[in-house]
Amino acid sequence: MYNLKMSTLCLSQCFRLLAALLVVMSLMSGTTVSHAAYSAPEVPHINIMPIDRAKFLVGQKFDFAIEVKTDIPATAIEVLVNGKAAETFFGKQAIISLDKMSTYRINQVAFPQTGKVSVAVTVKTENGIEKRAVNYDIPADKVKKPAKNVILFVGDGMSLQARQMARILSKGITEGKYNDLLEMEKMSNLALITTSGNDSLVTDSANSASAYATGHKSAVNAMGVYADNTKDPFDDPKVENIIELVKRTRGMSTGIVSTANITDATPAAMLAHTRKRSEQNFIAQEMLNPQHRPDVILGGGSRHFLPKSVPGSKRSDERNIIEEFKEQGYSIATNKTQLKQAGTPDKLLGLFQLDNMDVYVDREVTKNPAVLGKFTDQPTLMDMTKTAINVLSKNQKGFFLMVEGASIDKQLHTMDWQRATYDTIEMDKAVGIAKEFAKKNGDTLIIVVADHAHGASITGTYHEKDGKTGREAVRIYADAGWPTFADADGDGFPDDPNPDVTLAVQFANHPDYYENEKFQDVPTSPAIMADGKAIANLKRAPQGGDLKVGNIPASDPSEVHSADDVPLTAEGPGADYFKGIMDNTEVFHGIVRALGLDGRKESK
Amino acid sequence: MDKLTRRISRVIIAMMLIWVPLNWLGQDGTIRNESSLFCTRAQAAPAWLPWFNEEAAPLEFNELYSGASALGLEFSPKLESLKGKKVRISGFMAPPLKPTLNFFVLTKVPMAICPFCSTDADWPDDIVLIKLSKAVAALPFDRPITVTGQLELGYQMDEETGFVSLVRIVADNIEEAN
Ligand SMILES: [Zn+2]
Repeated sequence: MYNLKMSTLCLSQCFRLLAALLVVMSLMSGTTVSHAAYSAPEVPHINIMPIDRAKFLVGQKFDFAIEVKTDIPATAIEVLVNGKAAETFFGKQAIISLDKMSTYRINQVAFPQTGKVSVAVTVKTENGIEKRAVNYDIPADKVKKPAKNVILFVGDGMSLQARQMARILSKGITEGKYNDLLEMEKMSNLALITTSGNDSLVTDSANSASAYATGHKSAVNAMGVYADNTKDPFDDPKVENIIELVKRTRGMSTGIVSTANITDATPAAMLAHTRKRSEQNFIAQEMLNPQHRPDVILGGGSRHFLPKSVPGSKRSDERNIIEEFKEQGYSIATNKTQLKQAGTPDKLLGLFQLDNMDVYVDREVTKNPAVLGKFTDQPTLMDMTKTAINVLSKNQKGFFLMVEGASIDKQLHTMDWQRATYDTIEMDKAVGIAKEFAKKNGDTLIIVVADHAHGASITGTYHEKDGKTGREAVRIYADAGWPTFADADGDGFPDDPNPDVTLAVQFANHPDYYENEKFQDVPTSPAIMADGKAIANLKRAPQGGDLKVGNIPASDPSEVHSADDVPLTAEGPGADYFKGIMDNTEVFHGIVRALGLDGRKESK
Repeated sequence: MDKLTRRISRVIIAMMLIWVPLNWLGQDGTIRNESSLFCTRAQAAPAWLPWFNEEAAPLEFNELYSGASALGLEFSPKLESLKGKKVRISGFMAPPLKPTLNFFVLTKVPMAICPFCSTDADWPDDIVLIKLSKAVAALPFDRPITVTGQLELGYQMDEETGFVSLVRIVADNIEEAN
């Protein structure tokens, strides 16, 4: 009895121990908890472009390229697409070069069917073989009621917080409830977009705009291409972009509008293919290429269109791109008056500044002659958006228009959140114009998205009414209360960018710089370069300011992009696609799905 | 040439040689002995230039162009009238491409970017290229400097760097602005 009791106890103890052990073991081996394992990223020896898990519109053209690094020269590269030799599958001869750095390339191919595609690459050397496989997806997803037009608004660097600053300044808040929402916030669908390219966690504007324009990831400074190993900025494998697709398959009209140099990354990525966004003279002349020539081009940056002999030009040749556009039948406008007079021609080129257009505060609020110089007649983003829609909507086949609020980013780089916010509001008003147009026929999809974020966050408010200054005057929690911005004339822009109680906006990253929390009379860089190092700009805080010690490498004199996800809002046919958390390449797929595009079709 | 003339010319040359260092005295009579280009004369122009005592015409950045539109810039009548003459302008020195260069760029405001080093950056329109007889060292980038020298106008491309300039000053004096 006693013995039995003992043995039962012993047995039950053993069972308990065993059960506990099993639970621990199963936890460790992951049999009871389901989560995918992943390994630290490494650069594969066999680089296949497009990359693994790339997604294509059926019939979308691309250059298929493989780069292989081997210790000794490769003797063969064999490529199978869905089990067939790639040359047979694509019906085209590959160009192959074998060495320690081997390449395999078939240009201008497409997937003729929807479905899954697997690519298997075998590389042979005298030492043996190496293999790599990647998978592609060509979705068949169809929208019930397609959109005729798509208007894509890109608020460059317009993070969630940038939208909120605009909401506070434009609409105001009473007893914790916003008096109203922004136009871009009153839309049916909301998604969060991840922003990384295929090369790095943090993106730039070329890379991210390229994802929106092609549905493919790219690398920092690149657009419309996968970045290969060669130095040449024009030889990288290309992917067909949205302007090319809607022109080729549908004969739709296209337009790009930006407050930056129109050859700057975001508008350029809608049409161009280059590894290097700084090739702005090339991008300007590429706008003439009928394959991706937009019907409406409005923005700044005429310096890349003027022959080098004209003072102010940045070209290195005597090509007069403006004249060449004229010869193609484009109406030309160089200021707001001329833009108004242009009416609604079939094709329109408007360049309103040699460089980036000035920002809204300087252009429309303070009109500071020290900032504007002779450029006192620049149109607003609303003027440009309205004109672009009027011109493009004449085409019965529909249109694709990209509108960029470019200086939201440029002003956040210099930590001038006030200037950035007025430009966010300016873009919001342009969104309002687009919504007004969309309301008439209900066949336009409007998407408003940022391309990446900035680490600007609202800590509270700032005022010096009690004599406190600097960090002690940053009002937190209950002390924050409300900022005293007001919009008496109801134009949506606060009357004074520098009220007695302003927002306390703090940046997660910055160079050495002086902060006085006040509105700067003229745009002023936070730091300047001296002997390769960013040092705080004394001009930044003429009325005194706290020196903030930088927390990024001294090689960069401005605040830099953050890797934060960004909000996307959308409304119109096909907007239902946008929900939850989405990869940035999905913006393209949402657009082509809404339009019901088929890359296999050719418009006559 | 007889002996006397030779002797007289020797005396004149000797007097000139003595005179040159006098120029190195500041107006208050103190000797300026900084080793950098600061407060030194005659970097590009010969030392005897002050002999002519040409009054330097003051010039400001916002006076460079009278016309500016998206179709290009226009030199101002003031700038045109000062072509080849001695001018004085204050601005900020942009970091040079490399320390050995015999020119640098003067800008209206301090440069946040180094357009020579950064591929995505570009120069503003209103810049003045400053030509020097020897490379500059140790100039501040964050405080304004005043450059005096002869004004040159028109398109010119630097062969070594491909840098294009429209307005240039052949510097004979550079000092910190006050
Ligand atoms: Zn940026």
